[in-house]
Amino acid sequence: AVKGTLRFQVSAALREGQITPTELCQRCLSLIKSTKFLNAYITVTEETALKQAEESEKRFRRGQPLGVLDGIPVAVKDNFNTAGIETTCASNRLKGYISPYNATVVQKLLDQGAVLVGKTNLDEFAMGSGSTDGVFGPVRNPWSYSRQYKEKSAPKSHSEDKESEWVIAGGSSGGSAAAVSSFTCFAALGSDTGGSTRNPAAHCGVVGLKPTYGLISRHGLIPLVNSMDVPGILTRCVDDAALVLGSLAGHDPKDSTTIQDKFKPFELPNLPDVSKLSIGIPKEYHAPGLSSEILALWSKAADLFKSAGAKVTEVSLPHTRYSIVCYHVLCTAEVASNMARFDGLEYGHRSDMNKSTESMYAATRREGFNAVVRGRILSGNYFLLKQNYENYFVKAQKVRRLIAQDFGKVFGSGVDVLLTPTTLSQAAPYTEFIKEDNRTRSAQDDILTQAANMAGLPAINVPAALSERGLPVGLQFIGRSFQEKQLLTVAKWFEKEVKFPMIQLEEVKRHDHGVFQHQKSASFS
Amino acid sequence: LAPWVPVVGLEIHAQISSNSKLFSGSEVQFAAPPNSLVSFFDASLPGTLPVLNRRCVEAAVMTGLALNCSINKKSLFDRKHYFYADLPAGYQITQQRVPIAVNGSLLYSVCIDNKMSQMVTKTVRIKQIQLEQDSGKSLHDDTRSQTLVDLNRAGVGLMEVVMEPDMCCGEEAAAAVRELQLILQTLGSSQAVMAEGQLRVDANVSVHHPGEPYGVRTEVKNINSLRFLAKAVDYEIQRQIEELESGGTILNETRAFDSKLGCTVPMRDKEGKQDYRFMPEPNLPPLILYDTKSLPANMNHQQVVNIDWIHERLPDLPSVKRAKLVEQYGILPEHSFTLLNEDGLTEFFENVVNQTQMKPKKVIGWILKDLLSYLKQHSLTVKESPVSSFVLADLLNLLEKKEISSTAAKQVFAELWKGEGKTPLDIVKEKKLELIQDQKELEEICQAVIHGHENEVIMVVLR
Repeated sequence: AVKGTLRFQVSAALREGQITPTELCQRCLSLIKSTKFLNAYITVTEETALKQAEESEKRFRRGQPLGVLDGIPVAVKDNFNTAGIETTCASNRLKGYISPYNATVVQKLLDQGAVLVGKTNLDEFAMGSGSTDGVFGPVRNPWSYSRQYKEKSAPKSHSEDKESEWVIAGGSSGGSAAAVSSFTCFAALGSDTGGSTRNPAAHCGVVGLKPTYGLISRHGLIPLVNSMDVPGILTRCVDDAALVLGSLAGHDPKDSTTIQDKFKPFELPNLPDVSKLSIGIPKEYHAPGLSSEILALWSKAADLFKSAGAKVTEVSLPHTRYSIVCYHVLCTAEVASNMARFDGLEYGHRSDMNKSTESMYAATRREGFNAVVRGRILSGNYFLLKQNYENYFVKAQKVRRLIAQDFGKVFGSGVDVLLTPTTLSQAAPYTEFIKEDNRTRSAQDDILTQAANMAGLPAINVPAALSERGLPVGLQFIGRSFQEKQLLTVAKWFEKEVKFPMIQLEEVKRHDHGVFQHQKSASFS
Repeated sequence: LAPWVPVVGLEIHAQISSNSKLFSGSEVQFAAPPNSLVSFFDASLPGTLPVLNRRCVEAAVMTGLALNCSINKKSLFDRKHYFYADLPAGYQITQQRVPIAVNGSLLYSVCIDNKMSQMVTKTVRIKQIQLEQDSGKSLHDDTRSQTLVDLNRAGVGLMEVVMEPDMCCGEEAAAAVRELQLILQTLGSSQAVMAEGQLRVDANVSVHHPGEPYGVRTEVKNINSLRFLAKAVDYEIQRQIEELESGGTILNETRAFDSKLGCTVPMRDKEGKQDYRFMPEPNLPPLILYDTKSLPANMNHQQVVNIDWIHERLPDLPSVKRAKLVEQYGILPEHSFTLLNEDGLTEFFENVVNQTQMKPKKVIGWILKDLLSYLKQHSLTVKESPVSSFVLADLLNLLEKKEISSTAAKQVFAELWKGEGKTPLDIVKEKKLELIQDQKELEEICQAVIHGHENEVIMVVLR
């Protein structure tokens, strides 16, 4: 295999003609079919994918592939607009809504020759941390069906009962994480507002990158919180994430919040060196409810860095404990505002109620939104009332600044990267997860991830180890603004050290034919 | 009975004259087929983002400078939320916290006692100018119980100009708005044609006794012309006075002006006491403007708006134009007002002056009395005048050369008005209106008259 510039090992295979884009596409499509029970996809774009693969094949035959992404099957979370393809946000609000345009990031992928295999499942309007609250049903974590998990968990019955204790994929980009984890695509787009890319990445054992706010265009991403949303990247290894980042980042005139500076795509060193770096361990991230397993893993990781010569110090981000409440105020306020456009007049579901405009609006919105969304809209509007604005919204903005300043101070004192857990525990079984409501779960699960969104910083989940129950656990690195190269270098080093195992899925084995062996070696390049 | 002091403030929305809308690339055009100028952003399709139109910013800066405002080098955008069919996003993007321009003033003139010869200059303070989106239009089809929504206008750029309550009656309000209209048209920042909805005026009216605090104010909407503005304001003042004098109270409400009945009526509580839940617009960074001092050296000047640069290129404002006319032509100040108030009249006047030997001081009389009154009588604009400046100049030359009398000239003018294409000379010859200069000829005519009336002559001689 060719090393160097081609980070997707499968790209090498395509280039060398070991496999054609069409074959690759067909393999992924049939794997999607056989892993249908995961419910990772809302829409599978079989026809257009095969057409795109065909076009890619022509280019390869001419010896003129567009780049490393040419012919690579990718999936996109269903809150990104895709022209001519249904975009639902897993909501009745937008069921049947065919986007008339491509989100900028989708366009960029397509311009590079990537093959779009489908739109992935999520929590309705990206609100949630389990991918369990969408109208198309919950996403199942592929690891639920892995040999690793089945061996470790007490068997409920001797039959191949797929309905037994499956675990959640995390959220809200659970579908994208599950899609990447189960080999049905080589990279997927998610979104990250409070941890929605990193959380499912941790639960599904894949790399989940949240870039710096303003680095990647949000044009075409249906917003949750405009001031915190970013498109997220999910891949099976850090190098692949760097590659996708390189093809997506940069100023977009259609998004006024993207920075003007020209972005220089980078390559990560083959042998990353962390000996000159300073790693910070924020003590506040030892949050209540953090599992002892993850705590031990976190500690072990810190030791790994120490032995490699890095300076590892405990640091403090004192306002961490206020971030959840602060996030909830700002998030619900923006949600209330962003959802105001869904009135059924111009697009999407419209109620039959027609007594008056007001009653039509009210019925349409009640019918189209689930309870989670409606709850956030009501809260948000409450916080935005004139009498409450100062005490809630403005206060929360002030706290937000303090949180951002915490990071600023720590990075300013010489720390390069922060090391923290991504989640409090491994993925919970679905039946347990749904015992608490969405708001409670989100409050619990976002605690380690959403401060990075508040401060606009880049952060990445790297799969670290399997838990005692055979489920993935990841660790998070948080970097300085726009220092993705440094962040990913550290992440890559860590990835090489821990050698996270490949998922052993029956379905994947059946489809392997050596194709995914390439991916296996990519994980450990 | 104690005297009443009426207080009138105005909120004026001027549509910005630009090729595309404030935050999207769709075209701006009056009377286009419904929903033909609507981009994805205008229709509030999810995932679309606003991108600020540079020309709109320049228009607002120009207007701010012309109204003596301080231009805020940093201004912010906000969302104003309410639900209505013509507001697709459920919110309007506006500038509530920090608008683009503040603390200006507008000078305007009113006549005292309706005499054009006595004009007084007044000032109204400009509280602020803010950039904001226009809404779409909804047409209520009551017979079919439906509302038709046209989004062509949704997202068009508006400048909201807020005038402080420094005015006291309908005439002042109308005069102030007229002057603003002229300024906007001179700058080109808005075409400001009220009939086409490019200039919309809402009046805030209250009354109080001198020395007492301001009374409760009402907002009057649905005013479609300057004439109606004056009427609506005066009616509302009167209504409030009558209401209060009969022991009633004034409600803080919105009223609509009914032009047919000439009165104001309470409006259907469309918005009521709404809480607009203002929130910063997260998709637009603060708007930063520069001047020559603050402009960074390596900044691409295509990317920035330079206030000084715009200031240097401002055209002559109406007040300056009027002063120049007075100085150049020796006409009276009130004449200059009329000249500027009628679209195209200044040009017409100057054309005539350039083509005739008659002094401008005399030409102005013909323009303002004869031409203008004819135009008004027939509801014509200057452009539609059947008498061109060339033809009028021709006529005035005949008068100046004493080839006809001024009475004859007026007769010729009346004939010219028919627009039959005859020249003044043609008409003079036709109607035999030539002034006879020849002494001998005049003597012969007089002799002929005397001979023809011998009896009358004897009566005169004998007396």
